[in-house]
Amino acid sequence: MRHLIALCCCLFGLLSFSVQAAESSQQDPFLTELAGAKFKDMVPILDQLAEIQGEAILPLFHTLLGGDLYYIKADKSLVGQFDEQGATVYKDVFNQTLVPNLSKRDVKKIRVNNTLRGYLRNAIAQIQLTAKSPKVRESAVRELLSKLDADTVALIESLYAKETNNKVKEAMGLALSMHTASSTELTLPNRLVAIERLSSSLEGDARNLLTTLTKDENPAIVKAATSALEKIAQRANRFAFIDQLFFGLSLGSVLLLASIGLAITFGVMGVINMAHGEMIMLGAYTTYVVQLMMPNYIDYSIWVAIPAAFLVSGLMGILIERLVIRHLHGRPLETLLATFGISLILQQLVRSIFSPLNRQVSTPSWMSGSWEINPVLSLTLNRLYILAFALLVFFALVIVLRKTSLGLNVRAVSQNRNMAKAMGVKTHWVDAMTFGLGSGIAGIAGVALSQLTNVGPNLGQAYIIDSFMVVVFGGVGNLLGTLVAAFSLGIATKFLEPTTGAVLAAIIVLVFIILFIQKRPKGLFPQKGRAAE
Amino acid sequence: MKIKTLVSAIALSGATLIALPSMAADTIKVGVLHSLSGTMAISETTLKDTVLMMVEEQNKKGGLLGKKLEAVVVDPASNWPLFAEKGRELLTQEKVDVIFGSWTSVSRKSVLPVLEELNGLMFYPVQYEGEESSKNVFYTGAAPNQQAIPAVDYLMNDLGVERFVLAGTDYVYPRTTNKILEAYLKAKGVAAQDIMINYTPFGHSDWQSIVSDVKKFGGEGKKTAVVSTINGDANVPFYKELGNQGISAEDIPVVAFSVGEEELSGLDTTPLVGHLAAWNYFQSVESDANDEFITQWKAFTKDSNRVTNDPMEATYIGFKMWANAVTDAGTTDVDAVEQAMIGQETENLTGGIAVMNKNHHLSKPVLIGEIQDDGQFEVVWETDGVVAGDAWSDFLPGSKDLISDWTAPIKCGNYNTKTKACSGQNY
Repeated sequence: MRHLIALCCCLFGLLSFSVQAAESSQQDPFLTELAGAKFKDMVPILDQLAEIQGEAILPLFHTLLGGDLYYIKADKSLVGQFDEQGATVYKDVFNQTLVPNLSKRDVKKIRVNNTLRGYLRNAIAQIQLTAKSPKVRESAVRELLSKLDADTVALIESLYAKETNNKVKEAMGLALSMHTASSTELTLPNRLVAIERLSSSLEGDARNLLTTLTKDENPAIVKAATSALEKIAQRANRFAFIDQLFFGLSLGSVLLLASIGLAITFGVMGVINMAHGEMIMLGAYTTYVVQLMMPNYIDYSIWVAIPAAFLVSGLMGILIERLVIRHLHGRPLETLLATFGISLILQQLVRSIFSPLNRQVSTPSWMSGSWEINPVLSLTLNRLYILAFALLVFFALVIVLRKTSLGLNVRAVSQNRNMAKAMGVKTHWVDAMTFGLGSGIAGIAGVALSQLTNVGPNLGQAYIIDSFMVVVFGGVGNLLGTLVAAFSLGIATKFLEPTTGAVLAAIIVLVFIILFIQKRPKGLFPQKGRAAE
Repeated sequence: MKIKTLVSAIALSGATLIALPSMAADTIKVGVLHSLSGTMAISETTLKDTVLMMVEEQNKKGGLLGKKLEAVVVDPASNWPLFAEKGRELLTQEKVDVIFGSWTSVSRKSVLPVLEELNGLMFYPVQYEGEESSKNVFYTGAAPNQQAIPAVDYLMNDLGVERFVLAGTDYVYPRTTNKILEAYLKAKGVAAQDIMINYTPFGHSDWQSIVSDVKKFGGEGKKTAVVSTINGDANVPFYKELGNQGISAEDIPVVAFSVGEEELSGLDTTPLVGHLAAWNYFQSVESDANDEFITQWKAFTKDSNRVTNDPMEATYIGFKMWANAVTDAGTTDVDAVEQAMIGQETENLTGGIAVMNKNHHLSKPVLIGEIQDDGQFEVVWETDGVVAGDAWSDFLPGSKDLISDWTAPIKCGNYNTKTKACSGQNY
């Protein structure tokens, strides 16, 4: 009831309240009470604040929810901590004026725990039901679905008639239907209509309500609820399938990125490069260094990191090829051992420079969060971008190999080295360039992986086995095979995981590949013609 | 030629024979058996430094029994069988009087037979799965009833959690802990369909489908929590994925048993804020002893950003107790020290007194903290007083009748209270 009064007041007297809030914000006794209050005393204080100040209190609640609310030790007045161009500054929470001459020592943080956060989210949602932006209103209604009490329902009911936005209206209608369906004092036909309406919603709270209704005393309600649940389950299952497919594609894109460089060095050139994983690791560390150099522009750092990682790993690849691999041409066992040694050297190098601890790579804000299509289907943005990026890199590489003179030379040398030499192709130069290209792409993969996994000296080790698996499964020397293999392994793993668990899924996939290679030693897409010999 | 070698050999052994007793008379040797390289180096190096700090401090006070302490550091390199070899080296070649060491359970199980064969003495400072009590080991970390069980109690009683996801890395500690927790939850009336158990390999990084399953499991109307025994750096992508899929700590809290201050330092804690951890110690606890310890640690490491954590406190308590026991016994002889250890009391860093019990486990308080955005924990719950460590879980059918009591007349690590007999094996 308190909130209702507060909100009605809000509706009619928004202006007068905000003026009052601006005047009284720092003198309000409840505000100073927050400073140094115990967790269990905070909720009553906040309740009072919400009642007195209505919407004007929102900035305070948001700051508190974000854990940025501090109080000045001297006079117990509240300030918000903000980050401005890398410097910490303190501002008045309500009117955003800078409070000068405050250092970290003068203030103490007002701590929040989960109970408080839950309370704040609910309180904010209640207040936000009347917010200007329809998006905010809609999310506020959805937030309140799980905690529908008589006050909230009455409030939503009063707002429903005036609501102009269709989406908000739909959400509010859902809330009202949920209330009608669950109230036993209402007439049966009304409740049945409400249940029927709930069957078109995918919202989890509606489903939970229906589940409890299947245990209702009235058989008609039970029947309606059961059939509504079935209807929802059918739709939800379809979306769950899409979700799983996306997980598989996402894992496939990671595998593709990790193995595509190897598909060139191992597939096209035939060099067993055990240091391939370390090229990925170098790319990830390059991202870290780039972020260190531009701490205030994390959102753009990825765009700098991609070419930088390509250069760092590519140059390292060329160096390795010139110094070691070319001397071991045609001796696969020795190449394997030498590159394994290089991989250990690179790992230790990174350990000595950056310490053996994992490094923290931040995720740009545009890559975090998820794209919510409906309540049961949401795709995480970082995975979505990486999937698109992997395909982009793949097709760019295909074009390089098909359409450029470097690509022509690479294919010529890999098919018949002597003939190419006789035709005037500088095979040494082509070898170095190809190895650099493969390594550089591994570096780019490192940039992408730094967003998904830990950046540490062992990063490469985690992907080297998978990379070889993908290349061998797809058919050595065939880029398209690598693409198909990466995605089919990714999807297979993700569809196995829910039933077998992550550990067994990995084993089953490995066993499958071993059996497959027994049957078809040249992989999915074997090379044909004379080049295959 | 032969005579020459013989002569030099005799000369050499003569020299060592003379040197050894004089060395032994000079110092008391403290062995440090922590990995300084490999995957566990991140965690274990800190504990090596803690022991070195404690040795330095003790020497400033004049050592023990009128002798200086001397630390002997070896590196078992996160290689489990190497723990046994290095342990043997410490006991036979270096002739150390006590060992502080091990982190993972598998490394402890590896060195255990050596300790029992050569009658060594080891202090093990990490929380573990229990089901063990050796005469030669003192367990100063938490047993499951000092960490896992109270954490689950907190979830049920204070947060009203009704469904549980037990997620862990696939090895002995999570498997045993989850077995105990599952039995405990079922005894508390939680239905089998309200418990979801999931294991992932070491270093798992693709958490999408597991987190999505957890989300679905938690979206079915009952308050859900995740009890995480996920170990090491797999935690980072796990929490990141939780954040990305929009699961906040208010919706589905995660209580972790292997995430402490050290693991959080140098990590972007934004997606972790509000999630929980259960330990016997947090750096943020305000007490004089803790302030002093933190200041001493920062001074010793010459790094003002270094954090302290639970296994460090366990090492601290173990070392203090050992020093007192040696003083009480008047000797470093293992059997005498072992008996003197039982009943030793030392101040906890969080206030209160830790007591070494007859089963070689400590009585300690249990704390539950919420992760804050500065990488520290805010204590939200703690037990009234201390909880005595239980070597053998009361919730597993095979071990509920077993107790461990290293005092006369039982003197056994696995005494069956029903059959009134020791099961015979050494641990």
